[in-house]
Formats: sequence, structure tokens, C-alpha cells
Amino acid sequence: MKKVMVGNHAVAWGVRLARVEVISAYPITPQTQVVEKLSEMCADGTLAARFIKVESEHSAMAAVIGASATGVRAFTASSSHGLLYMHEMLHWAGGGRLPIVMADINRAVGPGWNIWTDQNDSLSQRDTGWVQLYCETNQEVVDTTIMAFKLAEQLNVPVMLMLDGFYLSHTAEPVDVPDQELVDRFLPRRVAPYKLDVDSPHAFGALVRPDAYMEMRFLQQDALNKVPQALEVIEKDWLRMFGRSYGAVESYRAEDAELLLVTSGTVTSTARAVVDARRGAGEAVGLLKMKMFRPFPTALLRDALRGVPRVAVLDRNVSPGHGGIFAEELRSALYDLPDAERPELFGFVLGLGGRDITPAVIDEVIEKARTGTVPGREDLWVGVNP
Amino acid sequence: MRELRLHGRGGQGTVIASKLLAVALFLEGREVQSFPMFGVERRGSPVTAFLRVDDAPIKLRCEIQEPDNLIVLDPTLIGATDITAGLKPGGRILINTDQAPEDFPRLLERFHVSTIDATGIAIRHGLGGKSQPIVNTAILGAFAADSGTITMASVRDAIREEVPMQIDANIAAAAEAVTAVRHAAMRDAHLTEVARA
Repeated sequence: MKKVMVGNHAVAWGVRLARVEVISAYPITPQTQVVEKLSEMCADGTLAARFIKVESEHSAMAAVIGASATGVRAFTASSSHGLLYMHEMLHWAGGGRLPIVMADINRAVGPGWNIWTDQNDSLSQRDTGWVQLYCETNQEVVDTTIMAFKLAEQLNVPVMLMLDGFYLSHTAEPVDVPDQELVDRFLPRRVAPYKLDVDSPHAFGALVRPDAYMEMRFLQQDALNKVPQALEVIEKDWLRMFGRSYGAVESYRAEDAELLLVTSGTVTSTARAVVDARRGAGEAVGLLKMKMFRPFPTALLRDALRGVPRVAVLDRNVSPGHGGIFAEELRSALYDLPDAERPELFGFVLGLGGRDITPAVIDEVIEKARTGTVPGREDLWVGVNP
Repeated sequence: MRELRLHGRGGQGTVIASKLLAVALFLEGREVQSFPMFGVERRGSPVTAFLRVDDAPIKLRCEIQEPDNLIVLDPTLIGATDITAGLKPGGRILINTDQAPEDFPRLLERFHVSTIDATGIAIRHGLGGKSQPIVNTAILGAFAADSGTITMASVRDAIREEVPMQIDANIAAAAEAVTAVRHAAMRDAHLTEVARA
């Protein structure tokens, strides 16, 4: 069934089809419609979930952590300052190996007070032990929400999926809503290996001494390392059942490219149009979409970028005092390639606080990356008038 | 690809109009993308919404800078804001007003202009209050008749699918607007036609 819907409702539909059992969330722009739609679905009975109302995001995450520990499927959503307020609890979910799924509607962090999109909210949570997946279309949002539960529950890791605020959250476009019976076959009820159960008592979150703490972290790391391959298998199933797949990374018209753009989120979509135009004019420009940021898909990126002469990374985020975060991590990932195969990498910071990224902006990035010289590679800010 | 921009004031249903039109076009098998100007909307303040329509999936995800069509739900915005900014020369403007298209000579210098008294129609059909009529379905009926982009049948189906209340009154308002819309061609084009004749 195809419906025209905004990204926030695509999230809600994914949650409904995944038959989530507990939802706790606190509204914040631009995420509010997710909470509204899910409350509606819980109220009218189309989603048989318990909706726990709370007074803050910290409590929302605490509530889904408690729910998830009892073995049920749990979901929350937030944005920006709400996500930051969850920070402590995000570590508890990650370290506790709880397969919670959350949607973060990417919104810039204040001050300056700003409700528009950039990725600094989610990227500042990169070390909390959550898988991070950045979406490009509302179709990808609904599909990823459902696949995220399968991935989370397979490896006992929490998964965060990201939507650009407004560019997806408030943009309506056609979405093929997956069939419930098929989704049920794809994603059966959760079976938790360990859970809070009065008939079989276990202790959770107890003191862990130096003799065991590192082993916990090692096992967490081991689980996260398995995510790219697990997602590949899950996506193969999804493709077989629903006819669509996305990949942790995706190469688009990358064959024999002299220059590859590296993008995440909705910028990818606009960049595809620019790449189409450039290819149409006979220029060897291609695209690499990074959907997965945590775990960092190092092996996939090395394969995709090995031997490409020039790479331009478009970062809608910045680590103050360092640079665009995707670019910095990508540089590390490519460091071990032999000199002859290592691309010259240019990092561009753009689109912060919701500044529009138009084809003209991407054209400017392409020209700068083509003519740039190393070491003129330091972060290039696009469209800034200080 | 055709790109549209809608101008209204908070409370008139501008964003819903863009969504309704997207659904109507989708029902005709087109690819669509509808979104509001990203901001903080308040009742009475200017609201802008956008719509892209194409036969192929739409890749552009940025604001529309150079629309082909404008739909203006509140005529007091003309002059108060730069309403035609970026509108392609020869583009079409549909205005909710009880005035005739010829009453907008400056717009007619560069654009085609159509008018519809959507406020009067909305009030007659009891849509919203008299001080705050909801004019979006009436103006979409006028758009269907005027633009050739969408049929009234699809607008009606979209209203049935998307509008939560007063469905019949909204459909009736749209249908009345179909016959009441008035059109004037851009002056240059008009002069050219006269010269040819």
C-alpha cells in the first residue's frame, strides 16, 4: 500500500509494523509528530503498545531501558537537546546491551537556538555504544525502522536511526508501506536471552570490578564489529521480501570516478541529481553514500575508495577545533592504504543549522575539490560569510 | 519537473493544501514531494509551503528557489512580502481574492494571473469561522480548473482521503471554485496574440 506521508509518520509506521510493545518519548521539535502519531496509534488500538508518558527525555530513555530489560520490544524518539539530555542513559542502553531502537530527528544544537537540521546532536553521541544509521528518503526510514529491530535483537545492541529535521521529518512523499503479514514473518517476536523476570531472578547493572569490566567492553566491541555483516544479511532478506535494499555504504555512479562525493542523509539525494548532471556532461564524478556511521564501516569504505584519485566529504556537522566528523574518521580509515591507492581527501563543512544545500552548493564543493591541493585540505567551509 | 510555492497565513491550511495537492497528484500516478518552509508557524503569520511534481522519482531535497506556479491563499501578502521572488517569467499565479485578474496589472506584466474568491466560497460552505475561513480546498478546486496540472476528480479523491471532517462541504467548495475561477494571460503574451490576430 502506497501512501504520501512525512518522515515522522514513516517512523511511526515502522514502529507500528514492528509491533513495538513499549514506547516512551517526550515531544521536541522537529520530532513531535512521531510522538503524536504513535500516541494516536496506541489510543485507537492500531498499535498494541504501552505508551509511557514522562516528564523528560532522560526519563523516556530510562523507561525504555527498563522495558527492554524485561524482554519486550521498546522504542523512543528525540532530537537535539532532548537527545543530549538522554546522554547518560544512552550509555546505559549501550553498555547494558539492550536492543532498543530510537529515531533521532537531526536538529542543530544551541546556542544559537535553532530548530533546523544538522548532525551534531547524534554525532556527539557516537561513543555511547549505539549503532547509527542515517536515512535518505521516507521509504528508507520506514524500512530501516523495521530492520533496526532485527539488527538490534540479533546482536543485543541499541540502534539509532537518523532523519534530517524538516528535509525528511516534515516532507511528504510516497512511501510503500510494507505488508503487516510479511513484516511479521521477517521480524518475529523478540526472544531475549536474559531478562528481568520474577520467576528467574537475575541482577542487572550491578557493580563490575576491574577484573570483568574490560571483558564487558570487549564483548560489546565484538558485537558492534559484527553489525556490518549482520546488516548485509538482514538487507538481503528485506530485498527478497520487499524488493528494496540500501547497504551500510552505497556507491552511486562511482565507476572510474576521478572524484567521489561522500555524503550522508538527504544531501545524498540532491547530490545524486548533481552527479547525474555531471555524468551527463561526460565528467567522471560519482557518489558514495554512508548510511552507517557506527560501527564505522572501515572495510567497506576502504574497498569503495581504494584508488579513487579525489574524495570530497560533505559534513553537515563539525567537531569544533577539529573538523567535519565524517571526513576526520574517513581519513583515519584510509590511512593504512598504500600511498598509491590512498585518495586525496577534502573535507567540507556545510549546511549547519539547516542552511540549505542546493545543487549550486554541491557544484562549488566539486570545483573546490578538483582544484584543491594537499596540504590545502584543511576543512573548507562552504557558503560562510563571517 | 514542475515546482510550486504556496503562500498563506497560519490557520488558512496552506501546508495542508500542499499535502492535499501532493496526494491528488500521487493518485494520478505522479511522483510528488511536499514540504513547508521550515520554520516556526503561528496563527496569522506568513506561511510558505512547497510542492515538486515529476514523472520520475524526485532527487532534489532543497528549498524551491524558482517555482513555476504560485498559489496565494491570502492577497494581503502581495506587497507585504516579495511574493513573486524567483517565480519564472511566464509563470502562473492563482490568488484568493474577490478582485478580477485585471486588477493586478503589475503582476500581469510578467505572469499569468488567475483569481478566485476562495474566502467567500469557504464561508458559504461553513469551512472555518467567518473571521478565519479555511480556504485551502476551495483554492485547490480553482487550481484544478486553471492549471491543467490536476483533475478535479483527483482533488476530490484527495479530500476524501486526507481531510478528517466536513468532507462533503470541502468537496462542494472545491467544485464551486472550478466554475468561478477567472483568468488573464500575461500582458506580453496577450499583446503578441493581439498582434498575430
